[in-house]
Amino acid sequence: MSGQAEKLAQLRGRARQIRRHIISMVGEAGSGHPGGSLSAADIVTALYFDVMRVDPQKPQWPERDRFVLSKGHAAPVLYAALAERGYFPVEDLKTLRKLGSPLQGHPDMRKTPGVEMSTGSLGQGLSAANGMALAGKLDGLDYRVYVLLGDGEIEEGQIWEAAMAAAHFKLDNVIAFLDYNGLQIDGPVEEVMSAEPVADKWRAFGWAVQEIDGHDMEQILAAVAQARETRGKPSLIIARTVKGKGVSFMENEVGWHGAAPKPEQVEQALAELGE
Amino acid sequence: MTKKIATREAYGAALVELGRKNPGVVVLDADLSKSTKTHDFNKNFPERFFNVGIAEQNMMGTAAGLAAAGKIAFASTFAVFATGRVYDQIRNSIAYPRLNVKIGATHAGITVGEDGASHQAVEDIAMMRCLPNMTVFVPADAVETRAAVLAAAEIDGPVYLRLGRSGVPVLHDENNFTFEPGRAITMRQGQDAAIIACGIMVHAALEAAEVLAGRGISVQVLDMHTIKPLDVDAVVEAARATGAVVTAEEHTINGGLGGAVAEVLVENYPVPMRRVGVRDTFGESGKPRELLEKYGLTATDLVRAVQEVLQCKGK
Repeated sequence: MSGQAEKLAQLRGRARQIRRHIISMVGEAGSGHPGGSLSAADIVTALYFDVMRVDPQKPQWPERDRFVLSKGHAAPVLYAALAERGYFPVEDLKTLRKLGSPLQGHPDMRKTPGVEMSTGSLGQGLSAANGMALAGKLDGLDYRVYVLLGDGEIEEGQIWEAAMAAAHFKLDNVIAFLDYNGLQIDGPVEEVMSAEPVADKWRAFGWAVQEIDGHDMEQILAAVAQARETRGKPSLIIARTVKGKGVSFMENEVGWHGAAPKPEQVEQALAELGE
Repeated sequence: MTKKIATREAYGAALVELGRKNPGVVVLDADLSKSTKTHDFNKNFPERFFNVGIAEQNMMGTAAGLAAAGKIAFASTFAVFATGRVYDQIRNSIAYPRLNVKIGATHAGITVGEDGASHQAVEDIAMMRCLPNMTVFVPADAVETRAAVLAAAEIDGPVYLRLGRSGVPVLHDENNFTFEPGRAITMRQGQDAAIIACGIMVHAALEAAEVLAGRGISVQVLDMHTIKPLDVDAVVEAARATGAVVTAEEHTINGGLGGAVAEVLVENYPVPMRRVGVRDTFGESGKPRELLEKYGLTATDLVRAVQEVLQCKGK
């Protein structure tokens, strides 16, 4: 296998492992958000295992790249990635949502090493990312701030305030992913509140926009590489994804936005995901 | 005649002073920098000033991000927009993660005047006071504002600074002034009753105490510049020493200084009490002086409240 093919295979394996963690931890917790965690698993895996300059031994290293999970309910995918990356023991994932756990239902930057911003109230992460990006420019540091937005989340007005500001301040160190899985709690995004044409809107706001298959590791890496080359404007990568991706009975089922699998469903899901 | 300076003027000047001292200080504004006086900071340190436009939610979130990356961020706008408009952003992006964001809220209270109720924040103290991790300062004059701004920069976590639009008399001696967050300043000693005041009402409290002194009533006046953490010892001590308490604030009587003092007294040392403030109503357009009179926030109103509370006390 070539170096690139080997890397892609490794990342795909890692994404599968992260999906397994998501299923196990949400099942164990008895509540949580598997659908939007699974849809974002390939993106988050690519970021933590190939793209981002981070050091789990020094979570506060000033020059580190940052990741802001704006759609905070997808906390399981972030926790799984952080644990796999070595920020804390994988066993801790079992404590998700339990009293006294560092792994809160939504990310808490004061409780979990590696979490860069407390999120959960939708629409706020991009603003925080802008602030981090401005600080980086001010300090002459070349770190980048990666953001994961939900497609329902961009219905929040603050997102568009932040989109406007990121372009205005020429924040080419902000790279946002839109996890475009097409479903929000009350149903298809298109039915609840369509933001189409999404790409045109972001372009009109001054962003460099790419559209990819959010489950294709090669496309994810290529898009990030291109975004990193973009100068003078922030980048949005619209990632077409499948909610619940990788678990047959969860795929494209709106009900799995915020429901935990029962033990037998956990078993079935893990069997489907494979080693 | 005492010199009058608006606390927002002192805010702008203190930010410049702070900016010189500390390169980690950044300032944000939402298209009101001429009114909030942050434009002085912009003139001096343009690279550390961010005008986010008329987008307060994004301003608070951006300030949070700057703070998460190690900056001390002062986010400034009118008090109505600095609280209610962005309550969730302050709660979830600033207070909950305990980030180093200082909210410079100018034009608070009814003395913003002619713009009317939409621009008169009379509930902002209550909103900020109930947020965990939040420190709340309500300085009484320019000297105290400067000290509060400098102190805010030293505090590890969010701070709400409540400032006014109109000129207010300078009460404190700038050459001989110590400001300790959470420690009330005794402006005047007295035995019969205590007025616990904040912001512009400290001045009215001193006037009222003077009038009452002429009638043989001795009134203690406390400048309670920090609403949170409240100086519980000073409140209890004032009640113990005088047996009667009046609070005074340019804010609704619900949940602000009066509410905070009442909570402390009822749990620790109940005494007769009156709250002077806006009585659960919105304001209206008018000149600051006219509004203070109409809404019962003058020295005369405080004199009346002290007399009432003394009657309850049985004097």
